[in-house]
Amino acid sequence: MNRMRVKGLMRKEVYEIVRDPSSIAIAFVLPLVLLLIFGYGVSLDARSVPVAEVVEQPTYLTASFLSELDHSPWFHPARYPDQASAEQAMMQGRVQAILWLRSDFSRRSLSSGETPIHLTINGVDANQARIIQNYVNGTWQTWLQQQATLQGQPLAVPVVADVRIWFNPALTSRDYLIPGLIAIIMTLIGALLTALVVAREWERGTMEGIMVTPVAKTEILLGKLVPYFVMGMGGMMLSTAMAVFLFHVPLRGSLTVLIGSAALFLLTALGMGLAISVLARSQFVAAMVAIVTTFLPAFILSGFLFDIRSMPQAIQVLTHIVAARYFVATLQSSFLAGDLWSVIVPNLLGLAVLCIVFLGLSVLRFRKRLD
Amino acid sequence: MRTRILRVFALVVKELLALLRDPASRAVLIGPPIIQLIVFGYAATFELKHVPFVVYNQDQGQLSRELVARFAGAPSFDLVQFVYDQSAVKKAINNKSALMAMDIGPNFTSDLERGQPAHVQIVLDGRDSNTAAIAMGYVQSIVTHFNESQVLQHGTKPPPTVLLDRALFNPNLDSRWFIVPGICGILTLLVSMLTTGLSVAREREMGTFDQLLVTPMPPTEILLGKALPGFLVGTAEGTLIVLMAIFWFHVPFTGSLIGLYIGLLCFLFAAVGIGLMISSLAVTQQQGLLGVFLFMVPAIVLSGFATPIANMPQAVQYITLLDPLRYFLIVLRGSFLEGGGIALFWPQYWPLLMIGLICMVAAGNLFRKRLA
Amino acid sequence: MGVIVVNNLSKSFGKGTSRKNALKNVSFEIAEGNMAALIGPDGAGKTTLLRLLAGILQPDAGTLQVLGHALPDDSLQLQARIGYMPQRFGLYENLTVEENLTLFADLHNLSEDGRKARFDELLTMTALGPFRTRRAGQLSGGMKQKLGLACTLIHPPKLLLLDEASVGVDPISRRELWSIIQHQVIHEKVTVLLSTAYMDEAERCDHVLLLHEGEILAQGSPSDLIAPMQGHSFLLKDAALAPRALQSQIARLQDVVDSVIQGDGLRIVMKSAEAPTLPARLVAQGLSKPVPARLEDAFVSLLFNRNPHHSTPLPKTTETAANDIPVVEVKSLYRYFGSFAAVKDVSFSVHKGEIFGLLGANGAGKSTTFRMLCGLMPASSGTLRVAGADLRTGAASARARIGYVSQKFSLYGALSVLQNLSFFATVYGLQSRRKQDRIAWALEELELKNYIATNAADLPLGYKQRLALACALMHEPSILFLDEPTSGVDPLARREFWARVNALAQGGTTCLVTTHFMEEAEYCDRLVLMSLGEVLAEGTPTEIKSRVRRADQPNPSMEDAFISLIEEHERVSRRAS
Repeated sequence: MNRMRVKGLMRKEVYEIVRDPSSIAIAFVLPLVLLLIFGYGVSLDARSVPVAEVVEQPTYLTASFLSELDHSPWFHPARYPDQASAEQAMMQGRVQAILWLRSDFSRRSLSSGETPIHLTINGVDANQARIIQNYVNGTWQTWLQQQATLQGQPLAVPVVADVRIWFNPALTSRDYLIPGLIAIIMTLIGALLTALVVAREWERGTMEGIMVTPVAKTEILLGKLVPYFVMGMGGMMLSTAMAVFLFHVPLRGSLTVLIGSAALFLLTALGMGLAISVLARSQFVAAMVAIVTTFLPAFILSGFLFDIRSMPQAIQVLTHIVAARYFVATLQSSFLAGDLWSVIVPNLLGLAVLCIVFLGLSVLRFRKRLD
Repeated sequence: MRTRILRVFALVVKELLALLRDPASRAVLIGPPIIQLIVFGYAATFELKHVPFVVYNQDQGQLSRELVARFAGAPSFDLVQFVYDQSAVKKAINNKSALMAMDIGPNFTSDLERGQPAHVQIVLDGRDSNTAAIAMGYVQSIVTHFNESQVLQHGTKPPPTVLLDRALFNPNLDSRWFIVPGICGILTLLVSMLTTGLSVAREREMGTFDQLLVTPMPPTEILLGKALPGFLVGTAEGTLIVLMAIFWFHVPFTGSLIGLYIGLLCFLFAAVGIGLMISSLAVTQQQGLLGVFLFMVPAIVLSGFATPIANMPQAVQYITLLDPLRYFLIVLRGSFLEGGGIALFWPQYWPLLMIGLICMVAAGNLFRKRLA
Repeated sequence: MGVIVVNNLSKSFGKGTSRKNALKNVSFEIAEGNMAALIGPDGAGKTTLLRLLAGILQPDAGTLQVLGHALPDDSLQLQARIGYMPQRFGLYENLTVEENLTLFADLHNLSEDGRKARFDELLTMTALGPFRTRRAGQLSGGMKQKLGLACTLIHPPKLLLLDEASVGVDPISRRELWSIIQHQVIHEKVTVLLSTAYMDEAERCDHVLLLHEGEILAQGSPSDLIAPMQGHSFLLKDAALAPRALQSQIARLQDVVDSVIQGDGLRIVMKSAEAPTLPARLVAQGLSKPVPARLEDAFVSLLFNRNPHHSTPLPKTTETAANDIPVVEVKSLYRYFGSFAAVKDVSFSVHKGEIFGLLGANGAGKSTTFRMLCGLMPASSGTLRVAGADLRTGAASARARIGYVSQKFSLYGALSVLQNLSFFATVYGLQSRRKQDRIAWALEELELKNYIATNAADLPLGYKQRLALACALMHEPSILFLDEPTSGVDPLARREFWARVNALAQGGTTCLVTTHFMEEAEYCDRLVLMSLGEVLAEGTPTEIKSRVRRADQPNPSMEDAFISLIEEHERVSRRAS
């Protein structure tokens, strides 16, 4: 390893970055825009769900139940004269759920009990449907308690589940989605940038000129890695700052741990890009492979949106080679829970293994040769 | 006229041959979409299976064991271990060995037997709030069922009302039925954009574009010749993926096939239009790829593929109106699950046609300006 | 002990049945301080050999010793001592001239103090001093090539390997490159091995290696190679017959290995050292005189002996004499890029059936002019008529009358030869019967039959050029645009190509051509010479050459004319500004 050579290669890379606006755009503008779009665009918190209310015979009882619904922030109710027209509205996507109180609602609930409240949900978006189901259920339970207290006879509820949610009591999805998004964005940037810049050197013929100098292959790879690492860390800091100051995600862990794990992750992502470009050599193929192997896998297989434990066994195994998986877990702990070594250590180990694999693959497969 | 048609036809044949004879682009077009559909189709599910939980049971009675057994027996939950103090609960949640902890107080059985409400504390890991929210729903429904059986056994008065819910279109709330049609849309978009977004840039780099420009073909014919392969490849790929959704993933197809295909064509019109616009702007393939990519990522996120558009802030919802995938996902899900047809999809068709038309005209103008 | 010692070297590429031998049992030695040239047709293995010597390819068999280092094991140590310039030297275009030099100085571990002096020396030598802070991407083609050479000379190397360093470079830059290389050999005792398509360059070397299909066909000093050819070459002149018509008669004769047009004469090479059995009329006039042989004659006849069936296509003798109908007319043409005038007040006209050349240094504006003529770029002002219309604005029918062969032989690489032909035929509006006929014609006439199903990308360069020409000729255009159609192509393929162009011109097709090969300029009927965006000479090759005839230069070559006219013009305009 020769200092002057590595420094020379790095200086060249920095000039190229600074003078080619497209790499600056990828490193800084892209995370900014993506985080803004994702931060605002990705949310699982259903608010103001349009609900159709069909009340066949309004009474004070139906009114008290519905007013509970009307005052809930989750719902945006609208009255429909009958079930048929409400279902029509659901078909057209104007309402997501229908609450149907039959004409005998008040009479039966005062005498015999067991009066049905019919809830019909559009089940297409199963997740959303389940959330709505829970909301309605919660609202109904509250109403039951109120009614019972009003009538002076406590409600017979044998077991009450007191649910407490740690780390994110309000279940604000943004608080856990944003750390996950940072992981996805950094995968993209890290892998895409390096995949493109190395392949570009092959295509422009600059690599052939460099190869016939006494430079060692590790020096060439290092000269690529370090500048983009620094730039990627810049993008990472920008994203973290946005998460904390713009989206108000609490940062409970220490900045040191965050930076440390980000550094390891970025190294892995860059290593992946390097490995792709070393294996592909053509810019077009490298970019294709980078796109296919970064964004969608990080989006779907990292556990950021979909629970990994619920996936079929074979796919769970597959998620172990998705670097974002480890970083998502670390980031979510770092931001929401604090420095939990029991989470951070195994995940960082996973990252380290991947990092060694990718960088090792690049070093092994990179030849100072054309054949 | 005959010459014109033959010329465009020759260009289309050439584009398809260039795509399919080149092993690299053939691999990119056929392999990844199918693999992605299968992997993501299985991976992307909001159903929870095997939620690990620990139990801290301080109660000695029969009933608490019965409640725990209900949880342990449910397919969604996996009992990891019993713990014997509060700190162990904390540890299990913190290091993510359990997503949930049940903390049953010492008086659980006696409270129940005395007719007093018995409390059970459920702790959920909120770091993954979507999983936590879903798990919370599962907990509620298990507890509700437990209560019902208790009420039956003890003959206490049931609550005056019951909530009867049913889900239309997807009675078992299988999220795969929701996700797989979504993936159909994403992959169709990806393939058609890659086919059109890079085609002009590739010819520019190889120098064949000049060769085309010196022929008697007017720019409109070249543009048409570039647009049609995107349609053909997109339709073929879309058909393949839809067939896989139906026969591999067994997502029910309840709507009208014609309605879906009109939607597919409108969608491809928009996607190809955007692809051509990128194409006419990009000088190099790298720029083209970046352009495709910069469009694809937000288009997927803002389409309502995984998270509903209704949850987005109003301003962002307006932006989604420009996203062709948004409309196509409605058509896809509508025709798969909701039994929708042409009449119902009309509000989705025309925005797609508008987007496509505007992009095509813009691409044509940019194209001509580039040449000038 | 030579600087380069190669024994039984073999190298092949590809897998399975498609495995191709690039080099077969090559052995040679090059002595220290020598300048050696590697010549041979396209695909002969020149680049492979140079890459092997630079240690960036692994040999399959044989031994390689360069500067005492055994390859491939010692490639890293070797690479510290050699300079290698690949065919397409990749400069970092976003870096300035000085930054590019600094990078290579760093890579070679050049000490800080030695650096400044070396930079100054190299920048003076390459005349790039005034452009230190200019980005490499903004340099002209010739300057880029000089900068690439400077980068490879930085350490300084003991051995210089140059792969077609002068391809695509105008004669002035070529001469400058050459003088830098010679300076290295004479003053720094550097050993040089270079591959080249220019026979005059090879002739100036100490040692020449002729490679053919991966084997060394001949090697020795240029005089050794030329010696057996003495007495084989003759120059014919016929006042009554245009050289092109004369060529079509002579080339048919038995035992004529080669014939090229030189000004108003025809230079021929015979199979044996006997005077040609000429048509009686020529003999009577006694217009054939023997001329000294040159390396190119040796090259052509060695390859001819190797492959005697390799016949140059013969020009047809259709008597359609050039007439005075102007088919291309350019009047006071201007083209600005921002405030920079790339083309200034250019006017000329081309008549039917003429071969018309457009010559100039890199960046002289000839490519811009050419692109405007083809309708690929609008003119800023002036009139431009091709086949009676401005191709940019005129009807598509005007474009149907032109054919275009670009520098890069732009073909669809993933499509087969037949698919390429069929595509261009349809695009030019050919249908059914006529389309079949033309494709059959192209396959027959351009000898592409054996490659019908081959992908265009896999064709040898010479065949790519043929296919590109075939595609441009599908619709029998009346005007053919050829943009550096022979760049990087070996002398044999160039001859074939020109024979075809001659035949076309004889048949009445007007041909416009740009080239950096000055001997090709001699094949033109008329030409314009451009410099700094202006036309500085127009006329027949003989007329242009006569403009620089002086006492000390009684018989100037086209290259001499090119260099002195352009240098004078640049001097005058520099003084004016």
